[in-house]
Amino acid sequence: MEACVTLSKKNYGLLFVLAALLIVGGCKKKETAPPPPPPPPPAAPTASLSANPDSVPPGQATTLTWRTENANDVSIEGIGKVDPSGSQSVTPQASTTYRLTAKGPGGTQDATARVTVEAAPVQAVSQTDEEMFAANVKDIFFDYDSYAIRADAQQQIAADAAFLKQHPNWRFTIEGHCDERGSTEYNLALGDSRANATRDALVQNGVPAGNIKTISYGKEKPFCNESNEACWQQNRRAHFVLTK
Amino acid sequence: MKRLRSALILVAVLVSSYAASAQNDWIRTGTGLGQEKVRLGVADFKSSGADPRNEALLKTFNDTLWNDLDNAGIFDMASKSFYPLVQPSQPGEVKFDAWANPPANVAMLAFGNLGVVGSDLSVQGWLDDVKNTQSPIVLGKQYKEEATDAKARLIAHKFANEIIFRLGGGVNGITESKLYYISNRSGRKEVWAMDYDGADQNQITHLGALASLSPRISPDASRIAFSSYPKGSGLEIMMYSNELGRMVNFPRFGGTNATPAWAPDGTKLAFASSMRGAMEIYVADASGAGPKRVSSARGPDVSPVWNPKTGAQIAFVSGRSGLPQIYIMDADGTNLQRMTDQGYAVSPSWSPNGQFLAFAWRRNYGPGAPGGWDIYVMDVATKQFIQLTHDAGNNDFPTWSPDGRHIAFQRGGNGREQIWTMLADGSKAHAISNTGANSQPSWGIK
Repeated sequence: MEACVTLSKKNYGLLFVLAALLIVGGCKKKETAPPPPPPPPPAAPTASLSANPDSVPPGQATTLTWRTENANDVSIEGIGKVDPSGSQSVTPQASTTYRLTAKGPGGTQDATARVTVEAAPVQAVSQTDEEMFAANVKDIFFDYDSYAIRADAQQQIAADAAFLKQHPNWRFTIEGHCDERGSTEYNLALGDSRANATRDALVQNGVPAGNIKTISYGKEKPFCNESNEACWQQNRRAHFVLTK
Repeated sequence: MKRLRSALILVAVLVSSYAASAQNDWIRTGTGLGQEKVRLGVADFKSSGADPRNEALLKTFNDTLWNDLDNAGIFDMASKSFYPLVQPSQPGEVKFDAWANPPANVAMLAFGNLGVVGSDLSVQGWLDDVKNTQSPIVLGKQYKEEATDAKARLIAHKFANEIIFRLGGGVNGITESKLYYISNRSGRKEVWAMDYDGADQNQITHLGALASLSPRISPDASRIAFSSYPKGSGLEIMMYSNELGRMVNFPRFGGTNATPAWAPDGTKLAFASSMRGAMEIYVADASGAGPKRVSSARGPDVSPVWNPKTGAQIAFVSGRSGLPQIYIMDADGTNLQRMTDQGYAVSPSWSPNGQFLAFAWRRNYGPGAPGGWDIYVMDVATKQFIQLTHDAGNNDFPTWSPDGRHIAFQRGGNGREQIWTMLADGSKAHAISNTGANSQPSWGIK
């Protein structure tokens, strides 16, 4: 590194001359005639495979096109032996990866093409109210022995309220749940407080109080039955059920 | 530094020895527990005839009588291995010297005979004061019932009760009392009942609801108040009549309604309800009419229990200061007092003489905190307390026996709880249920 830094432009010139001399000297040593070149090895096969279109609705056909060189045995998985180059129409039942194998004296070459079968088009049938409710009104989770709406739950409350306000005729129940660690009776009270705190927060966000019923299940109806924190957290919640 | 440390150790030793002696000395339940016990011999009753049914009934009778007297907590039971070889079945057969001197060395001796005649079971039982050879008979009783195993047990209970009443300071025994509790044996949590010793376990309700909870037997044992989830409803107070053998109407209030408690005269119920907002304590007529709110504070209130002696106070659990604590107040909601000062305290039960609260306490509470979930008894006047259970898993829902000498409670983790009983000083703890999960006992006079 330091040597490089100290090289001046003049020195580059000197180095170039030295290098040129070395190369010339090297060439001079090759005086014997070269042996005859070996016969060229057979050329390796090449292969390409494509599907057009590469994405189809179910039941629709697509065209596979392939081209190979230097191959005498060409096959496509699921189709069988094919011409070295050609095209064929296929109608896959599900998304499929077609694999072409080209074998020749020079070796083997693979090529693949994937045809995606699109998911069935969404039926024009609308979601049920219950499905819509469940998809949009998300449960509120609580800290251990607490019925305070957590900071991270405020956003969820706002989102739940925004959706519920779009359906002012929907009546629903808020279920208060607790984890297994507390005493049965105190958990009934704690679950009730969780349901009530959730109701109050929704009402503050503009949801009509008259649409809301609360129920406490204490620890009588757990979502999860294991004794670990992940499970306990699942059970410390206010759960929404559409009653209409 | 070194001096400071040794001084600290000295203080710690003084404090702990003071605490230990205080805990050993102060508790007097006023029911004969802890006083010098009467040394009692109980000779196996003998067959008074040749009926082949006698043998099985004798075994039931003798086992039941022994257990009743052993469980009573007021006797020093002389081991049967110390008894004279020949045991009496009639008053004339008692060899006083052999009983009154070592090794038997008893003060009192129970004995008698049992026999089936036709369809009747006849039992004669006596209690002798073996040191009073002139007129030894303290008690002589004769019973006649149907010749069944259940009746043999009943007669043993009745005779044991006579002995306990006579020798236990005139306090009625509990051998005919029953425990009402929740069991999941049918697949749902329903109300069940059993004898105080765990015999004869019967399903009472068949509601099939998500859960029935918190059964409370009325003071006269005529009704069971509890809570359950009727179809399409939240938790509501429900009422079962022991006399009618069926559910009876009770109003539904809406919201969550839990943990009913009987006033000592049976005319009122206290319970926790969120019928008008937060969970508070309400008092209504025993019919459910006219509920009035008597507690008001932010934070949930639940699990009320009346002072059975006066009917003037209610103890309950409140989360108003964070973790649940035991409070007492007058029955109209005034004169609020906090009883516990730390941890997680729930499930109060007030002793029949009004002096003590039993409750479940995790004194050191929180993740990784040392110590268990145990039954404690607190003197209401001084707030001094003793711990009755030690190093034995989760213990909750204590309930006093009608004689104040015993406490039943639930022990075990979720889904594995069983009903246990012990003397009110924490001794002689033993399980009396073992099938399914059994919880929330309430001790009734019958």
